[in-house]
Amino acid sequence: MLDRFRFVPLRLLQSIPVIFGVTVVVFFMVHLLPGNPALAILGQTATPARVASLSHQLGLDKPLWDQYLLFLGHLVQGNLGTSITYQRPVSELVLQAVPITMSLLLFALVLALVISVPLAAVAASAPGRARDLAVRAFTLVGQGMPQFWVGIMLILLLAVKAKAFPVGGYGESALEHWYYLFLPALTLAIAMCPTIIRSLRASTINVLGSDYVGTARSKGAAGVALFRLHVVRNAAIPTVSIIGVNLGYLVGGSLVIERVFAVPGLGSLMINAIFARDFPTIQAVALVVALFVIVVGILTDVVYTAIDPRVDLGSRELA
Amino acid sequence: MSVEGGSAPLSVQDLTIGLRRPGGRSVAIVEDVSFDVDPGQRLGIVGESGSGKSLTLRAVAGLLPRGVEVLSGRVEFGGRDLLTMPAKDRRALMGPEIAMIFQEPMTALNPVMRVGDQIAEGPRRHLGLSAKEARELAVSMMARTGIPDPARRAKAYPHELSGGLRQRIMIAMAVSCGPRLLLCDEPTTALDVTVQLQVLKLLEKLCDDTGASLVFVTHDLAVVNQTCSELAVMYAGHIVEAGGVKDTFRQPRHPYTRALLESAPDFDHPERELIPIPGFAPNVADRPSGCPFAPRCGYVRDHCTEAVPPLEEVIPGRLAACFESDRLVEVLA
Repeated sequence: MLDRFRFVPLRLLQSIPVIFGVTVVVFFMVHLLPGNPALAILGQTATPARVASLSHQLGLDKPLWDQYLLFLGHLVQGNLGTSITYQRPVSELVLQAVPITMSLLLFALVLALVISVPLAAVAASAPGRARDLAVRAFTLVGQGMPQFWVGIMLILLLAVKAKAFPVGGYGESALEHWYYLFLPALTLAIAMCPTIIRSLRASTINVLGSDYVGTARSKGAAGVALFRLHVVRNAAIPTVSIIGVNLGYLVGGSLVIERVFAVPGLGSLMINAIFARDFPTIQAVALVVALFVIVVGILTDVVYTAIDPRVDLGSRELA
Repeated sequence: MSVEGGSAPLSVQDLTIGLRRPGGRSVAIVEDVSFDVDPGQRLGIVGESGSGKSLTLRAVAGLLPRGVEVLSGRVEFGGRDLLTMPAKDRRALMGPEIAMIFQEPMTALNPVMRVGDQIAEGPRRHLGLSAKEARELAVSMMARTGIPDPARRAKAYPHELSGGLRQRIMIAMAVSCGPRLLLCDEPTTALDVTVQLQVLKLLEKLCDDTGASLVFVTHDLAVVNQTCSELAVMYAGHIVEAGGVKDTFRQPRHPYTRALLESAPDFDHPERELIPIPGFAPNVADRPSGCPFAPRCGYVRDHCTEAVPPLEEVIPGRLAACFESDRLVEVLA
């Protein structure tokens, strides 16, 4: 049983060159941006001499290669550099923002599952009937709405009109955090739901028509027992990988949504850093996001392996 | 197989299965099928693909595919009509009274559940056993079906076992609650010929031991000959001939039965030429008028296409639905 998970350490090793590649791409892409952080800090009225002296102070006048090697050298020591805008270690800024964004993503995932699983079950229980059509119409509408627009509509309806939720921010206490994160999480969940519902509906219909569910029925299984023992796990298998892929996209979506709801997570940090040409911070956030996507990929495979005994990723990769 | 009802564990009467179309019009796939299975009796239902033999079996088990339903008729088990009893009562019978074995042992087992747990599921539900007792019963059932090292194999997943072992698991599952009626839907079709015989022998032995009745659906005449005592031949949703297996094979009274026998190899007479049946089975949506076999029949006369021949007793213990049944004997003699 356990040796089906022996692919995990190998995967972690494989992710090192990936991360290295990400640093290269991010570093050089960022430096292709027009504008100079020194100029951004000093403002449009600064004299060229002052810009040049600040550039020198920040090490921006060195050749790009030297800058990259310096960055890499610091990275290996766990030093992400100092934020140009905030004049604080980038690692501090990132460590502050990561838990916020992770909570948001986790919250969104839970909400998405809470919405999707019952809807998919309702639709799959009567394909082609009214409730199925209703669920499918919902997924179509959900897929057609841009995320940021959904966020703004939720703010208008639930925060401004109904005053049930705050317009934005993150709150003070742990309880408040969840309360403040509800609307942004719901926005992300609504974006994720259509894909999950469609996949889960299709796989549930498939499983319900399968021979082994016939076998289960011939043993007298029905209703909840039938679903729990024979349907849920089998129907979840294709959906798990779809959720894994979507979580990657979700990070991208969360960057925008954090902005809409003024949540001080990685998204807000990233966008501010881009406008300020705060290179070390941009690089650090991009690195964290890449790391997150890699970890989600590995986790997806772990979950996949755990629920489907036929999967043995190790045998393929180690062969 | 007897024509009149009575104490039979299973009595199917005028069963019609089909698709109900919107607007009240319905298309029958299986029409007016009747048969009885007495205690301990073994009935083989043979026919080509699409003859309705599997649907008939699935209707008895209550496992018709979505969209297909019983349009009329009765399926009595121990004197009670399975079709009108509450779904809950019917489910209570599935396992302890009626059990089913499917064609594909690969797809008929849940791929993410250990086979021992799949066997234990029925006994837990129906016999009120604890998880531990049910697991022990599962292992002893596996031992009984001839699975070597059953305690270890019980922890295996279906994909880790061979086709023959998987079918033994299916059989262990089916007999775990001691059913009185075993429904088999081509249980050996997906297996190697060598494994086929082992599985058939096992089924026979289990039926002998428990006195269970057997309904065996297959297209393989040799399998019926091996396993069953009674035979029903289905064509285009109708039973066209029924009787004892040996008698019927020796002297078929319906041209279709005869054509089936002539198209199958006979290893006692390997020099005999195989004669394929010309044409195709009719589409259920537009059956020819009259006898459904008439367009492919070598004995056809004008009146065959005018009326459907009824299923009648042609000789004692034999039913056939053919106007020309007597001529079949003359031609043979």
